[in-house]
Amino acid sequence: MPTIGVKRSLLFKELGQTYTDKEFDQLCFDYGLELDDIEPIPESNGEDVEYKIEIPANRYDILCLEGLSRALKIFLKKAEIPKFTLSNQKFIRMKILPNTQRIRPIVVGAVLRNITFDADSYNSFIKLQDKLHQNLCRNRTLVAIGTHDLDTIQQPFVYDAREPQQIKFRSLNQKIEMRADEMMEFYLKDTHLKRYVSIIQDSDVYPVIYDSNNVVLSLPPLINGDHSKMSVKTKNIFIECTAVDAHKANVVLNTMLTMFAQYCSKPFEIEPVEVEQVDGKVIVYPDLSDRSQDVSVQKINQRIGINVNADKAAELLNRMCLRANVIDSDTLRVDIPVTRADILHFCDIAEDCAVAYGFNNIIKTVPKTSCIGNQFELNRVSDLLRHAVAEAGFMEALTFTLCSCPDVAEKFGKKIENIPAVHIANPKTLEFQIGRTSLLPGLLKTIANNQGTALPIQLFEVSDVILKDASQEIGCRNERHLCAVFYNKTPGFETIHGLLDRVMTSLKVTYNENRTNDKGYYLNNECEDSAFFPGRHAQVMVCGANIGVVGVLHPNVIENFGLRLPCSILEINIESFV
Amino acid sequence: MSNSTENSASGTASITKEPTSSSLQNDLLLHLNTHNKLNTWSYANEHNIDHQLVIGTFRSIQSMGDIVRMEQETSRSIAPTDEGKILIDNGSYEYNLFQAVPADKGIEQPELMKLPNANIGFAKAMSNGWLEVDKSCKPAIVKRKVDNVHDEVKNLLMRIQSLQLSDPNAKEVVDLKKRKLVKDDVVNYFIVTKSAGFSTNIAKGEAELTADMLQTGSWKSLNFKQYNFNAKGMIPSYGCLHPLLKVRTEYRQIFLEMGFTEMPTNNYVENSFWNFDALFTPQKHPARDAQDTFFLSDPAITTKLPTDYLEKVKQVHSTGAFGSIGYQYDWQLEEAQKNVLRTHTTAVSTRMLYKLAQEKTFRPAKYFSIDKVFRNENLDATHLAEFHQIEGLIADYNLTLGDLIGILYEFFRKLGMTKLRFKPAYNPYTEPSMEIFSYHEGLKKWIEVGNSGMFRPEMLLPMGLPENVSVIAWGLSLERPTMILYGINNIRDLIGPKVDLEMCRENPICRVIPAKVEN
Repeated sequence: MPTIGVKRSLLFKELGQTYTDKEFDQLCFDYGLELDDIEPIPESNGEDVEYKIEIPANRYDILCLEGLSRALKIFLKKAEIPKFTLSNQKFIRMKILPNTQRIRPIVVGAVLRNITFDADSYNSFIKLQDKLHQNLCRNRTLVAIGTHDLDTIQQPFVYDAREPQQIKFRSLNQKIEMRADEMMEFYLKDTHLKRYVSIIQDSDVYPVIYDSNNVVLSLPPLINGDHSKMSVKTKNIFIECTAVDAHKANVVLNTMLTMFAQYCSKPFEIEPVEVEQVDGKVIVYPDLSDRSQDVSVQKINQRIGINVNADKAAELLNRMCLRANVIDSDTLRVDIPVTRADILHFCDIAEDCAVAYGFNNIIKTVPKTSCIGNQFELNRVSDLLRHAVAEAGFMEALTFTLCSCPDVAEKFGKKIENIPAVHIANPKTLEFQIGRTSLLPGLLKTIANNQGTALPIQLFEVSDVILKDASQEIGCRNERHLCAVFYNKTPGFETIHGLLDRVMTSLKVTYNENRTNDKGYYLNNECEDSAFFPGRHAQVMVCGANIGVVGVLHPNVIENFGLRLPCSILEINIESFV
Repeated sequence: MSNSTENSASGTASITKEPTSSSLQNDLLLHLNTHNKLNTWSYANEHNIDHQLVIGTFRSIQSMGDIVRMEQETSRSIAPTDEGKILIDNGSYEYNLFQAVPADKGIEQPELMKLPNANIGFAKAMSNGWLEVDKSCKPAIVKRKVDNVHDEVKNLLMRIQSLQLSDPNAKEVVDLKKRKLVKDDVVNYFIVTKSAGFSTNIAKGEAELTADMLQTGSWKSLNFKQYNFNAKGMIPSYGCLHPLLKVRTEYRQIFLEMGFTEMPTNNYVENSFWNFDALFTPQKHPARDAQDTFFLSDPAITTKLPTDYLEKVKQVHSTGAFGSIGYQYDWQLEEAQKNVLRTHTTAVSTRMLYKLAQEKTFRPAKYFSIDKVFRNENLDATHLAEFHQIEGLIADYNLTLGDLIGILYEFFRKLGMTKLRFKPAYNPYTEPSMEIFSYHEGLKKWIEVGNSGMFRPEMLLPMGLPENVSVIAWGLSLERPTMILYGINNIRDLIGPKVDLEMCRENPICRVIPAKVEN
């Protein structure tokens, strides 16, 4: 969720009234915003504060003071939804050259004429670009915005992609010219811009926009030229958006235009730019036409659980910046302005109706859906076993599913290649390299962190491990295990062994003293495992299947987990008992 | 009021013992009860008990609580010497000598002088005028001069020992001092008085009722030591369940009471298709960043995806379908194939709804789950890379947002929360979406307790669910309410290897108390 900062004084001036912080918080709540924080503005000598407001991630039209105050004014019925128009001037032209298709194929653009900024509105203009770059533009990977003082450059513009060595210009706020390849090195050291370098760095050609005098406007998505730099005094603005996603490029361009066209000498009038595509086709930007959709009032009522007539529904939608006209008693024609790019479906329109109606004014009803509840049997058996083991005197632990490779391999004298673990591609720490294949490491780490606890320490856990399994749709599966550990001055194998017997009794599995594979359980000690003290461990066999191990841990394992005392353990797969 | 110590001073060893500590304790308290004040030195001497034993007994009484006050005092005194003590036991030499003289005919002097210390005794007896010597006979005969004598020396020594006579300068003691039967002494003793918690009933008795006592019936005549009910008992050895999972049990129970069926969530690894794409989450959504989601390198991808369904999902994302204009981007199969650690259990809900949609006729369903989900987040005091998500959903014809609000009131009422309010929110796969806030009476503010919404048609219709079927759903984390419930500030104290085992051991029964049903 993006958070924007707006000066309270400016916001209230726009809204035409003042609120207490509490009242404004309530207004935000009703609209689906969150007044996150209120920060002092030191320069204002306590006169003003900055509201930090959290904006829903799909509402690009309220990411700046202009859009936010406009939406709230309309919500409060203090303003009408603005109509955006295109001017009839002779269009500025831009041409896309074929090389761009290899790296960043799309460019769109438009002009804001005769704009008048003040310090606050100019600042808002800059901040909106930042917000869009961070969110919709996915850190400039999808779209990058360049804004220029049109009076310093000469159209027609050319959008090209050239070899880095052939591009040389003075980038924004720099004193000397640099080649594009040098710029990459330079901006890699820039804390703010370094993250954008990788978007184009490894390409053989870099996208670049020139004017007709070969002045570089920008090297998207990294940096603008200093030549066309804007200031608060700029009167005419050329906005270009280069992109890999055409839809998003348009949304970004439209958002910049519709937010700031209110400061033009003819408010909400925008001057188009025609862009000649690689195939010679010319497209005029921006497309500011509304999208029309007919919706059923009855269906809105049905989805939300309210009962409003067509007039009321239209009024509610208008308050949400959706221009709605009543066609008949059940039909509204909703003209969705370009600013509302978040409206994809009828359900979005129905929601806006519900927001304007007030979620908290909706009469609550309990669904009549009648169903019989059921437990998931594996969970039921797990819970019964958890109680049985706790009743036997063991304390339950809750450990992490993720662990390091050594936790399941090296620490037990094994190789990770031989462990059927799923591996994480992008762990942030070494603690989370793989999914655990055993519950034991987690319990041993828990004991290592609690060595001051009175002895003996008797821990257990019933939870899932993850095992690679090529027969599964996903290539792996969960397996539910029971693991128990006894930690004391002596290994106490008899206690762990006794716990196994107790668990088996609880599960009505009888001891099979003949050690045959047809029924019951027995321990098979004809096995080897580097995790255990030689001769002190066995496989747990149930109806002929090996479901786990019981034994005394090898001293190396004890040391590897930072433990000091002997330890015996039990770990079994319990899925066969469901 | 039996008092064995009275006899012990002069009685024979075979019958009386040193007073037992408990009976002495009893005697001391009774004495103090009557006299309000007790001098340990005097008491010990009066009752012929070792002074240190008296002091020790009072010390042990003190250790049981605020029963008596002890103030130490010191005084100059006199005490019998060792020889003096022998005289107390055996009588003075002169007295014994006198007794050795037969009353009628007397005794030959050489015979009499064979007695121990006869020289001193004879000299004293003579000077006391008790005896006379008839030197007319050979050997001389010693005869009694008086019929009866009192052993004044012994009496004096006894009085000194019992502190009835303690003035070092008294006339009576001068002679005894000369005879080295009495010495000057310094005594440390205590003046014991009652304190606030004084009672005579603390007297120790038998520690425990034993099987033997029951057999012999001896319990009937025995005194039993008082139990100390001001101390804690001995905790039995016990096992216990984990605090978080005890809360899980409560939530699980609530869903079952409400007729919900538990979903099989035992699949931590999911592919992006079921985790994101099927939920109408666009492929460039921030949640699908490596910054937020754990991707798998092995097994890296899933190739088995339901073909027809996948085509519809692709269409609804890229060009739009089912009344939606879609996100209008180039949807990539490769992106959908990527395996991840599931970021929400809604991936399982999606599979369940898809399964439901494949049945011949739609039947309404109520599902829930509580299980682990994974986020590749930066870790802090309240965030771990894995946590438990609680999720509930209802699929039925024509469910409304009002139904969602209604079921949320029912659900949260069972958690004791009745004051709810709902904030419009954004979520890729629900519309409308609502954040759920509850008024916390303790914190005196509204806190966010969960998220909810109606699943988007773009999610449900590609599955093949009927158009008039709505799905309402809500979710919350298990950890957050648990931390609030237990007042835990750092999640690591609760989950993972750094868990505080003592806290787990002492964690009470978890009972989530529902609010009363409103009328």
